[in-house]
Amino acid sequence: MQEDYINIILADDDADDRLFFTDAFEELKINTRVKTFNDGVYLMDYLNTENCVLPNVLFLDLNMPRKSGLECLRELKKFDKFNDIAIAIYSTSASEEDIEKTFIMGANIYIKKPNDFKTLKKVLQEVVTINWQYYTNGLNKDNFLLRL
Amino acid sequence: MKLHLKFDFNALCRKVLDEKLLEHNIKHKVVGFGEVELLEKLSEDRLQKLSDDLNEYCIEIVENQKSILVQKIKDAITDMVFNDDANINVKASAYLSDALGHSYGYLSNLFSEVTHTSIENFIILQKIEYTKQLIINENLSLTEIAFKLNYSSVAHLSTQFKNTTGITPSAFQRIITKRRELNLNQTN
Repeated sequence: MQEDYINIILADDDADDRLFFTDAFEELKINTRVKTFNDGVYLMDYLNTENCVLPNVLFLDLNMPRKSGLECLRELKKFDKFNDIAIAIYSTSASEEDIEKTFIMGANIYIKKPNDFKTLKKVLQEVVTINWQYYTNGLNKDNFLLRL
Repeated sequence: MKLHLKFDFNALCRKVLDEKLLEHNIKHKVVGFGEVELLEKLSEDRLQKLSDDLNEYCIEIVENQKSILVQKIKDAITDMVFNDDANINVKASAYLSDALGHSYGYLSNLFSEVTHTSIENFIILQKIEYTKQLIINENLSLTEIAFKLNYSSVAHLSTQFKNTTGITPSAFQRIITKRRELNLNQTN
């Protein structure tokens, strides 16, 4: 009686990145449903809609117009209803400062955007499988940190 | 006098299922032949009653044997990792095939098929989870943890931690401590 697909959301203002992202998931063996938003405002509007399907994993680009990934993260952490979402920062930056800061603010995963499609697929596969382990095995999500 | 009957088995089964589920007050959707989607979570108890009732009509709920066995593998691994008294000198493969009565090759293939990860990876993941708990809750040093979890050296544990999580054990500890401070400040 468990659900056999994983809900994924990505908020990223770069159209190419969004396309690569959805393509990569289509090629993975794991069943996923992927939704994308063009910026943080659209994303938060959706998540705050009543009865919307909350994602299992939410990927946030850090630099987005109108509302940045950091601002989204800060808002998400204020409400208990978002507690079950694993938050993945998906950014071109790999500065130690950004990484540690977002982890402290409550992100679970930090991914530096890979430069090629093959690596992207590998990385996303790893995120989803590890997250799946946390999700299905009742592991303590507060201790879930992953950097790729 | 003789009556000649024609059955639509598909519709018949649907109708029986529908009625039975309604009788049990279970919100549901009959998806297709041999598949019903329950729109609510059922307790073991209610599921058993439903199963008994359906059995009268020769309808059997097929439990997924594979996922049951996978769950058993996981339980055995968790037990092995988290239970200090478990015999840690036994190899994981021997331990599992002994505990579950199947060959390790079979268990390993099944596990990968269902969970998208391997038994080896799952054991490592559990060990690292345990390490995280010990770091945070019991304030053990990495040397103590390596000894407790039967690692050959601290370096081995440290490398495995970094490979699994992408961060070092000390960075992990720093992040969790700061995160707790931040949460405390926000609630005050």
